[in-house]
Amino acid sequence: MPLTERRIGALRETCRSFRIDVLKAIYGVQSGHPGGSLSVCEILTLLYQALMNIDVAKPDDPDRDRLVLCKGHAAPMLYRNLIEKGFLPKDSMSTLRHIDSQLQGHPSNHTPGVEMPSGPLGIGLSAAQGMALGLRLNGSPARVYAVLGDGELNEGAVWEAAMSAQKYRLANLTAVVDYNRVQLDGTTDEIMPIGDIEGKWRAFGWNVIRVDGHDLAALDAAFATAKDCTEGPSVLIADTVKSKGVSFMEGKAAWHGKPLSADDLAKAIAELGGEN
Amino acid sequence: MAKAIREVYGSVLAELGEKNKDIVVLDADLAGSTKSGIFGKAFPDRFFNMGIAESNMVATAAGLATVGKIPFVNTFTVFLTTLGLIATRAQVCYGSLNVKLGGAYCGMSDAFDGATHHATEDLAVMRSLPNMKIIVPSDETGTRWATEFAAGHVGPLYLRLSRDVYPDLYAPGTRFALGKGALVRAGSDVTVIACGLLVHKALEAAEIMAREGVSVRVVDMYSVKPIDRELTLSCARETGAIVTAEEHNICGGLGGAVAEVLAWGGAGVPTEFVGIQDVFTESGAYAELLAKYGVDADGVVAGIEKVLRRKK
Repeated sequence: MPLTERRIGALRETCRSFRIDVLKAIYGVQSGHPGGSLSVCEILTLLYQALMNIDVAKPDDPDRDRLVLCKGHAAPMLYRNLIEKGFLPKDSMSTLRHIDSQLQGHPSNHTPGVEMPSGPLGIGLSAAQGMALGLRLNGSPARVYAVLGDGELNEGAVWEAAMSAQKYRLANLTAVVDYNRVQLDGTTDEIMPIGDIEGKWRAFGWNVIRVDGHDLAALDAAFATAKDCTEGPSVLIADTVKSKGVSFMEGKAAWHGKPLSADDLAKAIAELGGEN
Repeated sequence: MAKAIREVYGSVLAELGEKNKDIVVLDADLAGSTKSGIFGKAFPDRFFNMGIAESNMVATAAGLATVGKIPFVNTFTVFLTTLGLIATRAQVCYGSLNVKLGGAYCGMSDAFDGATHHATEDLAVMRSLPNMKIIVPSDETGTRWATEFAAGHVGPLYLRLSRDVYPDLYAPGTRFALGKGALVRAGSDVTVIACGLLVHKALEAAEIMAREGVSVRVVDMYSVKPIDRELTLSCARETGAIVTAEEHNICGGLGGAVAEVLAWGGAGVPTEFVGIQDVFTESGAYAELLAKYGVDADGVVAGIEKVLRRKK
């Protein structure tokens, strides 16, 4: 069943407020990665708030769905989602990256709701694959999601996992590439051109689905298509915009890992319709 | 008749697989060499040959561990502890995940393949990872215990295994424990603290020295991390001189671990380090390599003589 228009509208509003909270948290500690946190907003929010079977009352449910945020630098958006689901205290965003906080700069599985440490790029998809293999052995209906960055595709290990997930025909595994076309030092075309991104995954035997990564209804449909594919693993190539939602930051590599100034934050919040 | 350490490991793994359905085994296209293939043949549904992709293999094991599986990861020691390191560090150890790493060809045991295939830094690498435990068995009985222990222990654990045959040292059923070493020869003039193959070389050296009237104590420090601090310090106190012996670089391995304990305990007695002297090795027959790089009985004898000259 696709999500209703009303639900999509509510999720859109949730995304808007999550963007503001994430920018405030990064501003607060003057450290973090705004660009990739904003580009992956709809992907993570749809999965956590609408699609994934997870329940804070049953955090160890063996049949819960799992998500590995392979691009661990987008942790602030993950934490905002986990707060909404009740895994983390409501006021914890302001502790992001601070000493003694559960909200580490990159995810740790010692933080409630986080299934796998991540940050070093290239090994998240493999870990998600391990979960999918094990869940299948356990006879579990759970699904596993792996959210990758496009710069991460530079890492050779991603393609090791792309090969083996196909070998083991892991239909319970869905990868998502947050294809915002910008990495730390410049555009993906400048730094390491990916070329035919769909063709590459297809050549590795994956079910490839192209989708607008900011269109919640389209993403909902794409995840449903992936679920319906019982032949093997699926990958969503999600076209996104780096720093989506803040016009002066959009598409700029400079905002990959740079915190906002007070003026920038005020402008960004105003643009997102929030209160300063 | 003593068996190759890898052979014992593979057989025990298959026995464990029969008892515990959660055990899964991964290899990187070396299952015929590491002997993980014995398990693979018995339990094909729980055996994953990941191809020549060590990073992917270790990270996949990390994922398997989170859903209740007990993965044993296998390949040559040197590839496991270099190519497999990022997932070992960032996922297995940082995440405190229940993954067992079997490094199959430790030291120079893959002799003819040369320096690229020798593992002479793995103990230093693995020892510096928080949450990691390290066991280096020195015979068939020890390998059997270590493999069974690994399956039951919850958390990251590294088994340093050899391609080679080690002589029998322990009676079947001998009790071992994580964090303990074993006194395998009594002595009062000097203690050799060794692991793996070098326990046997140390015993040979002790025999040679006995003929000269020197009483050599030998400790098998099979639990390299956590190390047996109490035993290390009592040996320093009681014999007044220590020689460490390992088939590993002298930097950061067993020798480093022992030196840390001696310094921490304020038990600074003359100490010598028998091991590969911070150089890359080469191809050759195993026995010739051990002799050339000073990790045989003569090498241990030389270490003992040196330390005794320094002992007050």
